[in-house]
Amino acid sequence: MRFADLLGFAWQVVLGYRSRTLLILLAMGIGVAAVVTVTSLGEGARLYVVKQFGSLGTNLVIVLPGRSETSGSMPGVLIGKTPRDLTIDDALALKRSHAIRRFAPLIVGAGDVRSGARRRETPVLGSTAELMDIRGMELASGRFLPAGDPRHSQPVCVIGTKVANELFGTRQALGDWIRIGDRRFRIIGILAAQGESLGFNTDEIVVVPLAAAQALFNTESLFRILVEAKSRDQILDAKADVEEIIRLRHEGEKDITVITQDAVLATFDRILRALTLTVGGIAAISLAVAGILIMNVMLIAVTQRKREIGLLKALGATGRQIQMAFFTEAALLALGGAAAGVAAGEFGNSIISQVYPAIPFEAPWWALVAAPVTAILTGILFTVAPARRAAMLDPVQALARR
Amino acid sequence: MIRLTGIERTFTVGGEQVHALRAVTLEIAQGESLSIMGPSGSGKSTLLNIIGLLDRPNAGTYELDRRDVTGLTDDELARVRREKIGFVFQFFHLVPRLTAAQNIELPMVLSGIDPAERARRVEQLLAEYGLTERSGHRPDQLSGGQCQRVAIARAMSMRPGVILADEPTGNLDRHTGQEVMGVLERLHQNGGTVVVVTHDPEIGARSHRRLRMIDGAVTSDEKG
Repeated sequence: MRFADLLGFAWQVVLGYRSRTLLILLAMGIGVAAVVTVTSLGEGARLYVVKQFGSLGTNLVIVLPGRSETSGSMPGVLIGKTPRDLTIDDALALKRSHAIRRFAPLIVGAGDVRSGARRRETPVLGSTAELMDIRGMELASGRFLPAGDPRHSQPVCVIGTKVANELFGTRQALGDWIRIGDRRFRIIGILAAQGESLGFNTDEIVVVPLAAAQALFNTESLFRILVEAKSRDQILDAKADVEEIIRLRHEGEKDITVITQDAVLATFDRILRALTLTVGGIAAISLAVAGILIMNVMLIAVTQRKREIGLLKALGATGRQIQMAFFTEAALLALGGAAAGVAAGEFGNSIISQVYPAIPFEAPWWALVAAPVTAILTGILFTVAPARRAAMLDPVQALARR
Repeated sequence: MIRLTGIERTFTVGGEQVHALRAVTLEIAQGESLSIMGPSGSGKSTLLNIIGLLDRPNAGTYELDRRDVTGLTDDELARVRREKIGFVFQFFHLVPRLTAAQNIELPMVLSGIDPAERARRVEQLLAEYGLTERSGHRPDQLSGGQCQRVAIARAMSMRPGVILADEPTGNLDRHTGQEVMGVLERLHQNGGTVVVVTHDPEIGARSHRRLRMIDGAVTSDEKG
């Protein structure tokens, strides 16, 4: 029997029993659509998190004082006991490493910010000009902190959009003066609205030069040092360099914690990928259910079409040909169901994307391949038993009078 | 040529052994026209099924065209059946979702004949059996006589040497039955071997050679 004839024969059957065909298409379609949509949700969440981390700055290595292994859930938010402070000199020593492109020492505190009669409590960041590039900040107007020796500072600051709106309203903020504690700073730049980026809301901060922050908060020690490696490959070198340089400066004691953005990102990536696979697997159970439905329907078909099978045998069909006819039929149905499912899944994705435009919902390529392949395999697998039963049918009995 | 020697066929029905065929020995020459008659349960259909290779004897040997086909596997039997035997049934057994032309084409599809050749033969058969105008009709749009003509055309599509008909007129009115018998007789006149099972004496009497069966044994064998 030619393959084209086999297809033609199966096609006739699929067209001949419409309601049965629709039922199987529906079951298979729902299964495949579930897999496509659910994995899209997982993948969308993963991409969203990866993007959020990316907005923190790339190739980032974060240095914080103290060892983190004693307590805390996530090192990034831990403020542990500090045996030895991190200082500006520690930070400046990092210039010796060849793996480091730039770094920004950071001091964080809460400041009472005033303009005229208006006042507002906001986080105040003390840092250097490099912070902008490392954190990927953008300016709405003006310029960022001037470059120069971090030990000396000018009385200038850069403020977030929300701070500007709250303190100045419709008045021009750029070039005006604000008061933080008992010091005056001239506003030289306003940050663009970027919203939340893991930890800080850049709309609500005030950035001042490092030395000014030290004076403001009356402290020598740094909150942390943000280090940018020259490339992704050099992140580990940069980390090793940082540990070595600071260890030497701290009399051979390893009293800092260095976390890489990459490690955190990789962890999240792994967790979310595993999650996607898990929920995708759960959705795939519906494919197995669809497979069982196909088996049932095929078994019924063998009984219903007993006379036809007997006839085919009388006309000289071999058992193999009859099995192939059933397999082709199941494959056609599964393929149709898979196509319908992928279409429905993508349609569902586009609707969810409209509702949540921020999250990139997109079916991962492996789901688009795996779901239909699984559908067709289950379709064929569950047809083995019915097809064998058909092939074993005794033609004399099958053709016997009703 | 068909040669049956000592064919036995037993069935187990409800724990009891039923002898459907007892030591049947029979030789049918190429081009013969044969009718098998007998009461219900006399084994005539079983004999036809064994000749048609749909059923296997419990004992005895069967030679078809000088080849012993008794020990062949199912798939080998299917191939022999496809090449050498055409069936006509009482209930026509047409595939309901296929048109007349597609039903006639079916045996050729199963044996993988080239589509162009198939189309040529189908057209020829449709013309031969007066079905050209009905080629696109499905079985439920055809009369009983037309259905049986489609079935005969289908049986002839592989140009077999032997046509086996099991009560071919059993489901037709008298007039249409005569017409179908006319078609089968024409096949015989063209050199085919035609074996007809019937319980209608009038139909049986039309054959050149007439077998009577009772209780699984051949009781008479008349010629002329």
